[in-house]
Amino acid sequence: MTENRLLYEGADWDFSIIQRSYDAIEKIACEELGLEVYPNRIEIITAEQMLDVYTAHGMPLTYRHWSYGKRFLQHESSYKRGYSSLAYEVVINSNPCISYLMEENTATMQALVIAHAAFGHNHFFRNNHLFRQWTEASAIIDYLEFARGYIATCEDQHGAAAVERVIDAAHALSRHGVHRHGGARPLNLKLDQKRERERREHDERMFDDLWRTVPGSKPKHTSDSATERRRRLGLPEENLLYFIEKVAPRLQSWQREIIRIVRLIAQYFYPQPQAKLMNEGCATWVHQRIMQRLHETGQINDAAFLEVLHSTSNVIYQPDFDRPGGGPGFNPYALGYAMMSDIERVCADPTEEDRRWFPDIAGNGDPIGTLRYAWANFRDESFVLQYLSPAVIRQFRMFRLLDDTSDSALVVDAIHDDAGYRAVRRSLAASYDPALHDADVQVVDVDLAGDRKLLLQHRTKPGELLSTRDAEATLRHIAFLWGYEVRLQEVDTATEAILSTHTANPPPA
Amino acid sequence: MEIIDRRRNPHGKNLENRQRVLARARAAVARAARAAIDQGTLREVGHDQTVTIPADSLNEPSFHTVFTKGQRHIVFSGNKEFSTGDRLTRPPGGQGNGGAGEGGQGNGDGQDGFRFVLTRDEFLDLFFEDLELPDLVKSQIVATETMAPQRTGLSVDGSPSQIDMARSMRQSMARRIGLKRPKTPEIVAMEEEIALLEKSRDNPERLRALKDSLATALMRQRRIPWIDPVDLRYRRFTQVPKPSARAVMFCLMDVSGSMSEPMKDLAKRFFLLLHVFLERRYKHVDLVFIRHTETAEEVDENTFFTDPRTGGTVVSSALAEFLKIQKQRYPQDSWNIYVAQASDGDNSGSDTQKSTAMLENDILPVVQYFAYIEVGTMAVIRGDTDLWRGYSPVAQRDSKLAMSRVSDRRDIFSVFRQLFARKVAA
Repeated sequence: MTENRLLYEGADWDFSIIQRSYDAIEKIACEELGLEVYPNRIEIITAEQMLDVYTAHGMPLTYRHWSYGKRFLQHESSYKRGYSSLAYEVVINSNPCISYLMEENTATMQALVIAHAAFGHNHFFRNNHLFRQWTEASAIIDYLEFARGYIATCEDQHGAAAVERVIDAAHALSRHGVHRHGGARPLNLKLDQKRERERREHDERMFDDLWRTVPGSKPKHTSDSATERRRRLGLPEENLLYFIEKVAPRLQSWQREIIRIVRLIAQYFYPQPQAKLMNEGCATWVHQRIMQRLHETGQINDAAFLEVLHSTSNVIYQPDFDRPGGGPGFNPYALGYAMMSDIERVCADPTEEDRRWFPDIAGNGDPIGTLRYAWANFRDESFVLQYLSPAVIRQFRMFRLLDDTSDSALVVDAIHDDAGYRAVRRSLAASYDPALHDADVQVVDVDLAGDRKLLLQHRTKPGELLSTRDAEATLRHIAFLWGYEVRLQEVDTATEAILSTHTANPPPA
Repeated sequence: MEIIDRRRNPHGKNLENRQRVLARARAAVARAARAAIDQGTLREVGHDQTVTIPADSLNEPSFHTVFTKGQRHIVFSGNKEFSTGDRLTRPPGGQGNGGAGEGGQGNGDGQDGFRFVLTRDEFLDLFFEDLELPDLVKSQIVATETMAPQRTGLSVDGSPSQIDMARSMRQSMARRIGLKRPKTPEIVAMEEEIALLEKSRDNPERLRALKDSLATALMRQRRIPWIDPVDLRYRRFTQVPKPSARAVMFCLMDVSGSMSEPMKDLAKRFFLLLHVFLERRYKHVDLVFIRHTETAEEVDENTFFTDPRTGGTVVSSALAEFLKIQKQRYPQDSWNIYVAQASDGDNSGSDTQKSTAMLENDILPVVQYFAYIEVGTMAVIRGDTDLWRGYSPVAQRDSKLAMSRVSDRRDIFSVFRQLFARKVAA
């Protein structure tokens, strides 16, 4: 009887094994764990194709650009020298959800990867609020197809070098191409595309009006106060790419369209780093749980389950701070999996400490429901702040260092004890807060009727300035797009004092 | 759920992106390649060339902050012995722009350290961009006599080993059908019927008629052979001239007392470039080193570059030695012959005329290209050297001779390029 239930034996797989494994996994995922997923599509690829997928940030297609070639060479050389092995899978946040499986995986690895990607990640993509707000899974593949075609057409019409120049500049600003605060509206790339184009046409008409204000004609707008001018342009604006796309006076329309493509793709990727810990934790917890259930129900044998354990424990390895690879920052698989498992434990079998720390969920007897709630409603920063328990802090033996540049030594100011739990948790959560990492650079002023100098401000956090060399290189890219002089001031947020100024002029035409 | 097998999809999606990277890094590659030439011997350069390219031209800048001063907290894992309040000395170099500020973002990409390995073809293509061997194609066809057999259809005679069975049998069958040769089963059928009739004896007319037609059939079968010599078809081969894939490079160098070590080093670099360049075009490149003072001799590479000699200079001795070796071992019809001569331009008075005549009358007709470089600063001091004055008129008359001066290591590549620069089509 037991023999009949086995999905497969040995390491070799074929398509019927994948299908059988998928069906068994789907049954557990949907009936026992209650996961909600996009329809799945599983694609089998070779190692070389996996390198291609890496190169494109895990997208199935991209436009042509040298930076992808660079990434390909990097991955390829480290893979060929054996420094790194390839991931077993890559999954794409699209509808249908595409999971890539490597052909050289064993049957067990294929099953594990299906559980991990096609159910774990897929559920997370579909349910997490960040992904729901920022990405439109059903439109992304079509949009990438459009982008690739559009950029290829531009290359034919305007030459590869001219197109490359614009993409280079837009890439440099891709981290400043997101409307951070308007994210609540659902994003439909296709409709968006149409509407934005109409809006651009309108803006260009408005821009024509401004043209007539250059000295010589009637100076209609020169009486505008600076405040009025800024209001009309919607300043300050932190979405630099958006601002340049709409307002930059010297760009051709195809150049604006390319900037827009880079901007929209950047926006699609915006949630990924903010929920990496949770996403990987969710997927790892789901695959481990599913494989365990397959083993318990006799659908995979002991040998296969040992392979699962081996693979999972490799993935969730967290090196100590004094070991290679153990710097600041945690392995998202390790911490994520530990926290998910810990939530499960707190719900099912809480200690006295857990009841004090998590009165809401301790002993509620519904670990899976609790996890689903967490996956849907948090991002890494808030998730750590909410759910990192003393048990996990002890498990990782976390400690906090105070790095004060006026002090000659580093000070250990919190460790994994009663006095330190909250401090450690607060600081760890902050390290996942994107607002504290990304430089806050905004467009603050431009006089379109005057010298058209673009003024940017970097609202600094205490003790942090832009890395000078990169900042100036980036500024040159902005100047190229803007077409006139660009100035960047680094401003102390508290005192409004100007700490540093960079300027760049556009390259001579 | 659907499963798609993508393994058969077209590969090499990133080939074009890779080429774009190379195009971008072109200047850096050229620099790196020249650095590689500085080390290594002639035979090694260009093989398994691992060229590393600094990332400057491939940098992707963005705004990102670095922690410069103030306070920050960092959480680590794996505490073993620390208690609250412990003071630790700072790790060396861990200040400011260390991994800490970047690592948290998972974006501390080490752009400055970007390196990758070129394939040999990519290396050479970039290195010798815009250079070509003069008149390469033409002289290959004209000057090479290697023949290779090539299938060119069928013929009606030839050696038995070249019989094309299928075609011969087809001919045979056509002939048998055309001439109505009786088939064996028909004859067997007639014989059986005759035997049957003879036993029963009830139809003597039929028996007679059958016997007649059997006799005719047997006769026809005898007269019309199964295989006739006219059926035979042979595979035909024609000898076609094949461009020789072999080249030999003669390195001629003056090693007399007037050639200093730096001069020899310059010459070595030039030889090395030429060798790599030739290897790109020919599967097989032989090297012959001839050094000379008053007399010339063939030596191995190591001796050629390192073993100092003293003595006067008689250039024609080296040219004579070249001709001797060329006649013995490298017949003109099966080898592409290149000569590179390096000298300080010094020659004993009466010899220059002899050398020039030898060069023009005996050597240039057999070689693909003769490159003469003059190393050192002699020309600056004394004006044109003996050899230069002798060679110049020849170079004007015959484009196979190219000559140039080089006095500094930095110039060697540009001189090389100048000698081999792609000529605008006349």
